[in-house]
Amino acid sequence: MFAYIVRRLFLMLVTLFGISVIIFVLLRVVPGNIVDILFDAAGFVDPADKANLERELGLSQPIVIQYLHWIGGLLHGDLGYSYVSEKPALEEILPRIPITARLAGLALLFSASIGIPLGVISAVHQGSKLDYALRVVSLSGLSLPSFWLGLLILMASVSLFGTMPIFNPNPKTWLEALTIYAVPAMAVGFRSAALTMRITRSSMLEILRQDYIRTARAKGASEASVNYHHALKNAVLPVITVIGIEAAFLIGGLIVTETVFNIPGIARFLVEALRWRDYPIVQNLVMFIAVVVVVVNFIVDMLYAAIDPRIRFGD
Amino acid sequence: MRSVQALAVAVLSVLTICDVSRAAEPKSGGVFKIYHRDSPGSASIHEGATYSLNVPFMPIFNNLVIFDQHIAQNSSSTIRPELAESWAWSGDNKTLTFKLRTDVKWHDGKPFTAADVKCTFDMLMGKSQQKFRQNPRKSWYDQVDEVTINSDYEASFKLKRPQPALLSLLASGYSPVYPCHVSPAEMRTKPVGTGPFKFVEFKANESIKLTKNPDYFKKGLPYLDGIELTIIPNRSTAILGFVSGKFDMTFPTEVSIPLLKDVQSQDPTAVCVVEPNNVSTNIIVNSTAPPFDNLDIRRALALALDRKAFIQIMFEGQGDIGGTMEPAPAGLWAMPKDMLESIPGYGPDVEKNREEARKLMQKAGYGPDKHLQIKVSTRNIAVYRDPAIILIDQIKSIYIDAELDVVDTAQWFPKIARKDYSLGLNLTGNAVDEPDQSFYENYACGSERNYTNYCNKDIEKLFDQQSEETNPDKRKKLVWEIDKKLQEDVARPIIFHARTGTCWKPYVKNVTIMSNSSYNGYRYEDVWLDK
Repeated sequence: MFAYIVRRLFLMLVTLFGISVIIFVLLRVVPGNIVDILFDAAGFVDPADKANLERELGLSQPIVIQYLHWIGGLLHGDLGYSYVSEKPALEEILPRIPITARLAGLALLFSASIGIPLGVISAVHQGSKLDYALRVVSLSGLSLPSFWLGLLILMASVSLFGTMPIFNPNPKTWLEALTIYAVPAMAVGFRSAALTMRITRSSMLEILRQDYIRTARAKGASEASVNYHHALKNAVLPVITVIGIEAAFLIGGLIVTETVFNIPGIARFLVEALRWRDYPIVQNLVMFIAVVVVVVNFIVDMLYAAIDPRIRFGD
Repeated sequence: MRSVQALAVAVLSVLTICDVSRAAEPKSGGVFKIYHRDSPGSASIHEGATYSLNVPFMPIFNNLVIFDQHIAQNSSSTIRPELAESWAWSGDNKTLTFKLRTDVKWHDGKPFTAADVKCTFDMLMGKSQQKFRQNPRKSWYDQVDEVTINSDYEASFKLKRPQPALLSLLASGYSPVYPCHVSPAEMRTKPVGTGPFKFVEFKANESIKLTKNPDYFKKGLPYLDGIELTIIPNRSTAILGFVSGKFDMTFPTEVSIPLLKDVQSQDPTAVCVVEPNNVSTNIIVNSTAPPFDNLDIRRALALALDRKAFIQIMFEGQGDIGGTMEPAPAGLWAMPKDMLESIPGYGPDVEKNREEARKLMQKAGYGPDKHLQIKVSTRNIAVYRDPAIILIDQIKSIYIDAELDVVDTAQWFPKIARKDYSLGLNLTGNAVDEPDQSFYENYACGSERNYTNYCNKDIEKLFDQQSEETNPDKRKKLVWEIDKKLQEDVARPIIFHARTGTCWKPYVKNVTIMSNSSYNGYRYEDVWLDK
């Protein structure tokens, strides 16, 4: 087990190094940099001034030097300065992380707490009207883009209540605080909940046909015990995998949700930074997201063992 | 009985008048909430080239002079003193002297003097040690030889030749006076001004907050306690926010005509105005390479345009047709209608124009069996893409098959600067309705914003002639002549001039949207909230 964890941690470092190189190179391969944008938005192209600014921002250095400078700083906790706001990148990124973390956490919670029970119900009542209804719900969740759903929620909210749950950094009541996160979390988590529901259903259907389930029933176990104790515990493994993958994909969904609900989190900030070719922000944010994904994957792997004692690592 | 009725009417009338006068009495207090369409790159107006900066940051500053904030049409007759108490031209019209106010302090408590004026304009002219990161309006001051300090409270602009337009350029929202003692880098992040509002914070992609300057030199102003701009790039969310009452006003001149209808249907109490914004949608033609190095093909292109169709499709008829200068009545320098219609392609009979265009195309070797294949390049922004698509459709009628080539913003200007395009669709905004700004910037030989490299020395002489002309009537006629010639030369065919909307809640008072510029009307010192 210990050797496995060490090996995984080493692989994580190699993965992160690879990601850092890819991010760095890709960003510079994309045509145009911050200097182009600053000058050209004004339609003003003075080559000498442009060269000066490129020198000032360190963009005229060879790409390897730029990379080493970035990685060196990163290892010392110096993320550099945002080209746009001219503030330390850390100062720009840090306050946005908790906002997105809350939103992502709530979305995942919503996804698991809705998707798993409904998936079980759907499987247990396979072929019933309830099953068909739940399958329609899950299919619509997979089909509706989250930005569209978000806008629909906002429009309905304005039309019905005369107000809308867009972000407020200083909510007056806990209810307002919950609303400004819960509503967008539902919008972005709906798709993920639908996917979880479908995976839970198919996994449950497979398990419910196993001999040991029949045996449990023959031994007089209650339906609830059979479904939730014997079946779900064994069916949940692929569901955890999917939730782990969804956690990584969530950032994509959050970009549009943060835009529609005007939430100043890291997802929207990343897009804005990309638009400005604000390299220090983009490369540090992408690295941060990469670390989160790699760590989540690691946790998911560890969870396998905790949930299914048959799984042992490194043997 | 009749006298009782008369008395009742009189009492009611007096009461109504009292009520109206009470309502018209400005109230102090309240925070003015606006949504902002995007996150500005910095807080330094001098380093920006978009009114995304002017709207939030103009209230922090003052100019030497400013266009009257309550007259929609900016003109030389609406210029008012601000940091200057008065101004005077020398007899030879080559020196403009400003007497400055003596009671003005920067937000950090330091006194404002003539040295600040010199610092600001030296930096704009590129003559000081401190440099702006970018200086997009350097060319505005090409005719200024030097700025001199006559005393602590008097400064003079010495010109190389007379330029009556200078005063209008100085009255723009783009011409605030900066403090000498604050570096350009600090001005980008924490601007210090003398204006009615002080900078509090600018959180990129989130919000901009300003608070009342209690030491503002105009006693009793501002009325508002502060201004808050929430950055909402998603237009639907922003409009819903306004409708639901989260904001007192939309971002100025940003509501499209179809959206305006939505706003008014969802909030019938909203006060909405539609004004021209002095932004023209035009075609840039690469005349240095085939096929548009052929003047016949360029002329055919100009003749193929159905300008009314563009305006009908994009603005439900609410747009204007004109030359380079903004059309009348909002524009001050527009050609008279008959003169405009005498330009090829501007006549009302579109079919006749296109017939003529087809003949020119056939002369150039194209026809029903041999279409010209080109790409129409434009920025990947809706206000660029939409007219580009209409353009592609219209030029089909003259044997041109075009493909849309959408270009990322970061690549747009480098691409056209490299002349890596055949035909482009572009938008040109004018900060001041002033020929000196428009002609030199867009059509002068070698100008950085002259994307098409159009160069006509004869016309350039006329640019200088009109620029020096102090007689307004004579100058106007020269401007008409130049504008007509530019259109006939197909230098940069103008398709239309847009109009856009702004809405605010009925309790917002004293907001005026300018009708010939989107850059100059955001001081907000006497805006107040009647609630």
